[in-house]
Amino acid sequence: MTTDLASADAMPAHTTPAATRALFFVRDYAVLILLVILLVVLAMASPSFFTFANLMNIANQNVPLAMIAAAGTFVIVSGNFDLSTGAMFAVGSVSAAAIADGTGNPWLGLLAAPVICVALGLVNGVAVTTLRVHSFLATLATSLVFSAIAVMVTGGSLITVTVDGFTDLGRLRVGGVFIAVIVLATFVAVLWFTLQRTLFGRHVFAVGGNADAAELSGIRVAKVRICVFMLSGLAAGLAAAIAVSRISSGQPQAGLGMELEAIAAIILGGTSIYGGVGAVWRSISGVYLIALIGNGFDIMSVNPQLKDLVTGVIILAAVALAAVGNRRR
Amino acid sequence: MGTVHGSGSVEGGAPLVEVRGVSKRFGGTQALDDVSVSLAPGEVHAFVGENGAGKSTLGKVVAGLYSADSGRLLVGGREVQRWDPLRAQQAGVAMIAQELSLVPELTVAENVFLGVEEHRLGILRGTLAARFARLEDEVGFGLPPRARVRELRLADQQKVEIMRSLARDARVIVMDEPTSSLTTHETQRLHRLIQHLKAQDRTIVYVSHFLDAVFEVSDTISIMRDGRLVRSAPAMQETKRSVVEGMLGRRLDATFPPRPATVSAEVAPILQVSDLASERGARGASLAVRPGEIVGLLGLVGSGRTEIARAIFGADRVTGGDVCFDGERITGKRPRDAISRGMVFVPEDRHHQGLVLDRSVKENVSLAFLDRFSRHGIIATRDERHAVTDMVQSLQMRPPAIDLPVAGFSGGNQQKALLSKWLIGQPRLVILDEPTRGVDIGAKFTIYEAITALARRGVAVLLISSEHEEVLNLSHRAYLVIDGRTRGEVDPSSTPADEVLFQLFSVADTTLKEQPA
Repeated sequence: MTTDLASADAMPAHTTPAATRALFFVRDYAVLILLVILLVVLAMASPSFFTFANLMNIANQNVPLAMIAAAGTFVIVSGNFDLSTGAMFAVGSVSAAAIADGTGNPWLGLLAAPVICVALGLVNGVAVTTLRVHSFLATLATSLVFSAIAVMVTGGSLITVTVDGFTDLGRLRVGGVFIAVIVLATFVAVLWFTLQRTLFGRHVFAVGGNADAAELSGIRVAKVRICVFMLSGLAAGLAAAIAVSRISSGQPQAGLGMELEAIAAIILGGTSIYGGVGAVWRSISGVYLIALIGNGFDIMSVNPQLKDLVTGVIILAAVALAAVGNRRR
Repeated sequence: MGTVHGSGSVEGGAPLVEVRGVSKRFGGTQALDDVSVSLAPGEVHAFVGENGAGKSTLGKVVAGLYSADSGRLLVGGREVQRWDPLRAQQAGVAMIAQELSLVPELTVAENVFLGVEEHRLGILRGTLAARFARLEDEVGFGLPPRARVRELRLADQQKVEIMRSLARDARVIVMDEPTSSLTTHETQRLHRLIQHLKAQDRTIVYVSHFLDAVFEVSDTISIMRDGRLVRSAPAMQETKRSVVEGMLGRRLDATFPPRPATVSAEVAPILQVSDLASERGARGASLAVRPGEIVGLLGLVGSGRTEIARAIFGADRVTGGDVCFDGERITGKRPRDAISRGMVFVPEDRHHQGLVLDRSVKENVSLAFLDRFSRHGIIATRDERHAVTDMVQSLQMRPPAIDLPVAGFSGGNQQKALLSKWLIGQPRLVILDEPTRGVDIGAKFTIYEAITALARRGVAVLLISSEHEEVLNLSHRAYLVIDGRTRGEVDPSSTPADEVLFQLFSVADTTLKEQPA
């Protein structure tokens, strides 16, 4: 009964360099690989899928979520959670609608959403850093407060905006491309650069990876945390402006559950929930992977009740893959 | 005390656990290379070696915490197919790891019987008190069964772990660096317990690099070096010198570089600390460091050396006294203020306070001075890369793969990364807290050379180390630190290490009775 102690759970990473590289590649780019596979499968399955119109629609529909997930990456990389993005989105939506409707100035209303949400983000950041409460709890609490504010602004009803030009941001196209998609692309590019190439981005990684070491390195950890929450607010506000412009009405129920969708997409992308590791492109890929799954259900007319089930299983599989890769420590 | 089975001799019976030709890699490091060891019933078997020699890894393979890449494991004469902590436990092998694995919010008794509670259909039955009392009779630790583990001292927590392994009737108990956090007195009690367990025919694996402790308890010593087994031999056939030479693979010789030239007492100190007290445990420290001078802090573990350093640096809240750096009063300022003025602090705990393990060497090394490699908040990646590469190469970090995560490097290389991180800012005062902890001999010497090179360039160095030899051989002057206070100076060049210890202990006794302001 000869035995090799290297049982099945021993690290395949130490077998051959080629296999190691392949495994790491799969782990690091799992979300992209899945995205490409899905694109190919859907393109083959339906002629109406791989058309500019359909792809542009998918891109456009998911702009708000993608924005929140892009900024949410900073929050999670810094070792925090923001459970209030959905509620901030709601506050942004109703205030944009209310201000545009009240003043008759569409741009004032649309600008108000990000400005107000940055302020809400500041509240989150200050609450987390001064009360020293875990961000999970702090933002869970503030999300209730923000939701209540959104209801108070509207009195619980819907605010319909009939001001000219209010829907430009959400509906117009430039050269066939939605303005919203261009805004998203710009936003993502800026955030990507910020996380990878700037002082602030490096500090976000350090704070999430080891807050004590960051503090002793002279980094103002609290300031970094506050900035991250403000960024999350900014994204929620921008997302709200785009969404509210698209449907030309603001309602306090907008953004319900969006915070969890965003976190799911970030995690699906492979950003570590423990902080210190992650990338913006991963979260964007996560958002669109989930979106493609949904679109696939629509165009292949599969029972839509299975959509959440399949999405859930895929997220679980992606997270499990990342966990296997990390077990070497 | 319990009954005595057998003679507890090394030759007693077939090996209980046998490791044959086991190898294990971690990333680029060969932690174990074709190692074979056998553990006999009723023996105390020490695994010794330098840090990184593979002794802990071997212990963890025996206990099922690590699975080997290749090789075989025999338990009770039979080969085992799969081996993990649960199977090991069922086979009677328990591990008391350095990082204790207790549930802090549960009580002592609950922890001891965790996983082996008596129950019917999942409902707990009976009280733990009776079982605990029976176990307590045997070991005589005197631990309060209802106390929460969180409230216990580290040494007592370790006893809980030992009781836990006994509650499972472990036949083989692997202890990883069991004495590293114990006082001398506690170490002796642990050793008495080990003798007692051995008399019950249990096997103890004693992983340690404290040779005095090893010689006190062990029957067999297995010496490890660079992942290989040098030899296993009865302890009686070894001497401390023979073991050390086996660990190092060479004869002992001078291991310290020459001390830099003494700085004249007329030179104005760059750091002047008077009567410094902090929230965390500095209680009146006064000291001065001149440019080009290496000044040591000599004290026992827990004497407040680190706390004094943290207070100087601004990492802890200062409650009294003054810190003057370069003629400027910086008392109570934050670490970032100290750093911007040219003072850096290399913390003792590189994993928790020093490095961001998941990030690359490059990111870690540049972190504290990133503004120097960036313009308008945007990092100049090429400048950063050059500076970091130069820095780690000057400390002979190998390989200088600055894009890999720090976590994958050996202790010595991690320490070099940590030093690089602070020296890259070209500081004028460097506070080094345990700069060679968990570092192999070769890396130690490189670090010593780096320290003396700093002093030669006119940098002031404040050196803290539990290895008094280090302080005595490197520093120009040294302060005795007791209970958060500085207690006079010693001349390192003329004071032997045991004299320092004697002074530390004798003064400690008197201060316990009376604490003058």
